[in-house]
Amino acid sequence: MEIIPKLPVAEWIDKATEWTTDTFEFLFDFIKEDFGDFIEFFAEDLLMAIPIWLFIAVIAVLAFFASGKRFGLVAFSVVGLWFISNQELWEELMNTFTLVIFASLISVIIGVPFGIWMAKSKTVQAILTPILDFMQTMPAFVYLIPAVAFFSIGMVPGVFASVIFATPPTVRFTNLGIRQVSKDLIEASDSFGTTGMQKLFKVQLPMAKTTIMAGINQTVMLALSMVVIASMIGAKGLGQTVITGLQRADVGTGFVAGLGIVILAIIIDRFTQNLNTQKGQ
Amino acid sequence: MPVIKVKNLSKIFGKNAKQATKLLDEGLTKEEILKKTGNTVGVNRASFEVEEGEIFVIMGLSGSGKSTLVRLINRLIEPTEGSVMIDGEDLAKMNKQDLRGVRREKLSMVFQKFALFPHRTILQNAEFGLEVQGIDKEERSKRARESLDMVGLGEYIHQFPSQLSGGMQQRVGLARALANDPEVLLMDEAFSALDPLIRKEMQDELLELQDNMKKTILFITHDLDEALRIGDRIALMKDGKIVQIGTPEEILVNPANDYVEKFVEDVDRSKVLEAQHIMKRPETVDIEKHGPRAALERMRKEGLSSIYVVDRKRKLYGYVTADDVSAAAKQDKKNLHDILHTDVPKAEMHTSMHEIFNMIHDSPVPIAVVEGDKLKGIIVRGAVIAALAGSEVSINGDHS
Repeated sequence: MEIIPKLPVAEWIDKATEWTTDTFEFLFDFIKEDFGDFIEFFAEDLLMAIPIWLFIAVIAVLAFFASGKRFGLVAFSVVGLWFISNQELWEELMNTFTLVIFASLISVIIGVPFGIWMAKSKTVQAILTPILDFMQTMPAFVYLIPAVAFFSIGMVPGVFASVIFATPPTVRFTNLGIRQVSKDLIEASDSFGTTGMQKLFKVQLPMAKTTIMAGINQTVMLALSMVVIASMIGAKGLGQTVITGLQRADVGTGFVAGLGIVILAIIIDRFTQNLNTQKGQ
Repeated sequence: MPVIKVKNLSKIFGKNAKQATKLLDEGLTKEEILKKTGNTVGVNRASFEVEEGEIFVIMGLSGSGKSTLVRLINRLIEPTEGSVMIDGEDLAKMNKQDLRGVRREKLSMVFQKFALFPHRTILQNAEFGLEVQGIDKEERSKRARESLDMVGLGEYIHQFPSQLSGGMQQRVGLARALANDPEVLLMDEAFSALDPLIRKEMQDELLELQDNMKKTILFITHDLDEALRIGDRIALMKDGKIVQIGTPEEILVNPANDYVEKFVEDVDRSKVLEAQHIMKRPETVDIEKHGPRAALERMRKEGLSSIYVVDRKRKLYGYVTADDVSAAAKQDKKNLHDILHTDVPKAEMHTSMHEIFNMIHDSPVPIAVVEGDKLKGIIVRGAVIAALAGSEVSINGDHS
């Protein structure tokens, strides 16, 4: 064992990161500045401009229809959101919400096409599967480091780290959903002379929709689970309050903010799940 | 002019398929090739022609390569060798785009397990082929509706496939294929997943439809009875090879080899031709309840010259004829006992068609099919003739 000296893997990765940072500086700067501004605008100007009562009312109405005109989710949403505002955590909630929305949206926009690509080609599947495994098993904290290198601190690196962490389920489930479409239906589609695109949009995606939605639900949940971790690099929101609580050994504050995250998680989860069961018929 | 012309069409599964085709040319069997190269022979140099407006049945047991063969024709499976000419164009050599064109306009397929799209309504399913062609919404909806009307599903258009029975689902499959107005209909064991009664109904319906539309139909089945019923010509397959092509009569009377003969024999012994299969529900009068007038009335309504007499438990007493009943009614007799004929021609449920044929020849009344002393059904002369026409098996039996 002594023959081989310690490989400078860490140095290599440092170099690679440095090179990437330098080379794509213009791009990273652009994202950091403009995208960062946009996120800030969305959270602080757009969402915060909505009166709290109106926001809760809109969510309640949406919940009513999303859950098939039942009142369970409506009641939970109203009480939960009221509680958060009562604890004076509304601005934090809006920031967390923004982070989750953007991270999920970007994950889905990246994830679904990759999932489709993976389903259409065995080679792509063979290459992507270990990468996805890697992305999911690597401790999420590690993503914070290059995120900071590329985007310094704030919301943008938070979204970046969340996207890396949250994308795999969407890719996997899209791939799975398309591959699960029965061979009979693919044959039927082919026998009528469909092009690849027609087959994808008329048969494969509609049939895979339920599975893909389950993947998106997972993605959203993972993005939400990154909230606390992302606030270590300055992403605003409920996570930040939790971290503050931790640093000051302030159990009460940390716990209340944690509760806020749980409430948000349950509302988002039920929303996406209900949308799925309704449309998946 | 043949519409489909298949020549030396082969499919070999596995690597180095081209090499294995050489072994086929050297005359090696399927097993020998499998042993030598590890390749499976799906279809072994099949050649046949299908005429316009003909129902050409490809028939064989499972593993005989018939499903592979039909998929070679629209190239759902790539042929290893040979040609498939449709309207003078070789599908086997076509580029993808032309192939799509042919699939859209000339070939439509009906599948064994229906293969309907579960997320689309019946109408949307029937529209699928037209939608793929890019035909506008109004036109395709109109044509799909016509096609659904043709198979008797005009009222179900907004249902989903899962809400329909198997027989109805396959009608949708048929409507979807017909909506394109293709020249050729490929039917891959289209009725095999249906239960026997529905299957027969669908066969009849297909024949009826065919009378009007005169499509060229390539029908795959493992059921010889079905092949005999609907086929204008039949190709028998074994181990990927076509062993005989001919009309149903030719196949039955002059089997090309032992394999075909055994096949046909098998049918002769075991297939449908028993009394219970051709009997129909009898019209009866109740001896305890009905007098001559009631019997006369019933016979007049149904246009019968005789009617069977039973009791409430359907125990068979005999039959009465129209003449006797009419006379008895004039004499104001109250019951049927005096004019009852008891010399009933009887058959059991499992009596063979062969015996029934001899019995019905000189019987003045329909044959009663009984189980114990209960009347289960009757067989009229027309039913025997229809059954014979549908399957020449018994004629063959008579001659031999």
